[in-house]
Amino acid sequence: MKGLAIRNQRAFASGALFLVFAVFFFVTALQYPAGTAAKMGPGYFPRLLAIVLAAIGLVVILSAVKPTAGAQALRQWDLKGLAWITGAVVLFGALLFPLGLVGALFVLIMVSSKASPEFTWTGALTNAAVLIALCLAVFVYGLGLPLPVWPSLLN
Amino acid sequence: MDLFHNLAIGFATAAQPANLLYAFFGCLLGTLIGVLPGLGPLATIAMLLPITYALQPDAALIMLAGIYYGAQYGGSTTAIVVNLPGESSSVVTTIDGYQMAKQGRAGVALATAAIGSFFAGCVATLALAALAGPLTATALLFGPKEFFALMILGLILASVLSSGPFIEGIGMVVLGMLLSLVGTDLNSGSQRFAFGIPQLFDGLDFVPLAMGIFGFAEIVKNLEQDDKLSLVTQKITNLFPTRDDFRRMVPAMLRGTTLGTLLGVLPGGGAVLSSFASYTLEKKLSRHPEQFGKGAIEGVAGPESANNAGAQTSFIPLLTLGVPSNVVMALMVGAMNIHNIHPGPEVMTKNPTLFWGLIASMWVGNLMLLILNLPLVGLWVKLLTIPYRYLFPAIMVFCSIGVYSINSGTFEVYEAAVFCVFGYVLIKLQLPAAPLLLGLVLGPAIEENFRRAMVLSRGDATVLLTSPLSASLLAAAAIAVVLIMLPTIRARREEALQE
Repeated sequence: MKGLAIRNQRAFASGALFLVFAVFFFVTALQYPAGTAAKMGPGYFPRLLAIVLAAIGLVVILSAVKPTAGAQALRQWDLKGLAWITGAVVLFGALLFPLGLVGALFVLIMVSSKASPEFTWTGALTNAAVLIALCLAVFVYGLGLPLPVWPSLLN
Repeated sequence: MDLFHNLAIGFATAAQPANLLYAFFGCLLGTLIGVLPGLGPLATIAMLLPITYALQPDAALIMLAGIYYGAQYGGSTTAIVVNLPGESSSVVTTIDGYQMAKQGRAGVALATAAIGSFFAGCVATLALAALAGPLTATALLFGPKEFFALMILGLILASVLSSGPFIEGIGMVVLGMLLSLVGTDLNSGSQRFAFGIPQLFDGLDFVPLAMGIFGFAEIVKNLEQDDKLSLVTQKITNLFPTRDDFRRMVPAMLRGTTLGTLLGVLPGGGAVLSSFASYTLEKKLSRHPEQFGKGAIEGVAGPESANNAGAQTSFIPLLTLGVPSNVVMALMVGAMNIHNIHPGPEVMTKNPTLFWGLIASMWVGNLMLLILNLPLVGLWVKLLTIPYRYLFPAIMVFCSIGVYSINSGTFEVYEAAVFCVFGYVLIKLQLPAAPLLLGLVLGPAIEENFRRAMVLSRGDATVLLTSPLSASLLAAAAIAVVLIMLPTIRARREEALQE
């Protein structure tokens, strides 16, 4: 036998993910008193769940390396698209107070539009104008949500 | 009779002008998101949750419910006209609905879907009204151990019915429950998994989580699939089914409605399962199974009735037992919590106008949907010509504003960004996200009931198996696990859950 081969990469990675979370929660939960079954402390239930999750993770990993497992490769990752979309959300959070809603939305729309393979500047700018007007009308004036509309410097 | 008295209270609430308006708004929005691919009822309801702060509780719930069952109507329109399921429960409608459209019978298919949905909606509303009383009475007999067992059963069934290997679904449930532990432990007041971050003391909010996973990560996934939609829009002319059509569709509608009504009540059930089950049943019963896939009207009438009935009766476990049967219902828990309503048997006695008003509004909403969908179908189809590159930034905008509005703070926005990355990992690993969210929502109640049951039994865990009610609920869960492990059933399930 030449060691274990990872036949199902997808399942192996899933099992590993479960295992990582289980270890993280279990180790962290060790700081909290466990108590007894009749008088459970804050650490009792988390430890119980972490053990269950670890067991599930191990079963999934074993099913991925057993010789009869169906071969399955990991899917291709599109890190660029993920970066544009996640980045747009983070920028919105960071810019909302300094730039106000109008500026933050503009950045959000332009940055997220870049994630599309069909990005055009005119298309994105038009979209931004329409969406910003719509948001101001609906959320700020219509529903009266407490949102900073303009940059904080102007207030 | 009590039922009619209650329905009268309900209709009085539902007929108030403001509530009619919100029901209409919900149905309109539901149809819209049902039509637009890449935006489901889940992300929409999550997006709108913060906005419902400003509304009366009954108006808020009526609107959110309208979105959910309205999406079932809208989803069928695109399924039939352009072979594109706008909503996951309309996947099976594409099979025969689009074939009918290709034969120039799009109008008939749309009418069949709308009539079937309306009929199913009426029956499901009555079923909901009739079952609410007895089920609520049962729920009042439940103690901590029974609730614990019931929720375990619900989570097991939800994992059985989610896509992917069963064991991974259970793993996602447990992971969701672990995430639900973040925050203050109510019994001891100590902080768990909060790492000194004050925003986490109240726990992980599930709105940023749902939006990160079902809103943002979903967009990344959709952008990867660059196959363009080719829209073949024909004129939709004759809406009227012929006498022969009626003869074939009426029995299918009756069967679909019955099936959907029953399956919707099951924890983990709901619209998707109902429509698949109905299609399989119709094909089995038909004397002409070879016509299925080539434009059989039963293949539209049955599943369309079933998904609408299922969508509506999936409110039953939530409203009577306080246990959400699927992810959309889990979000409804969030909506109710915003308004300080705790779903469970007490809702009916404490808030009769809200309870019966919501039920009555479903019938009203179904009527509105019939009107919205049949004459206006051309307008909905036009919406499909909006390219995705304009659509997804709009979804980003509404989600971001929605997340911010939860607490008027940016912490939740960053939380959603983190869950966007996490959601993308789940998509790549083909791990189902729905069980995760259910685990997150039910986790605190499970821990609470487990702890209480153990206190009452002085730490004796066997009490879960010696009490007849909790034992039978746990036995049902065990049977579900054993059944899913059987090779033949496993193969069938994989076939049925394939998209």
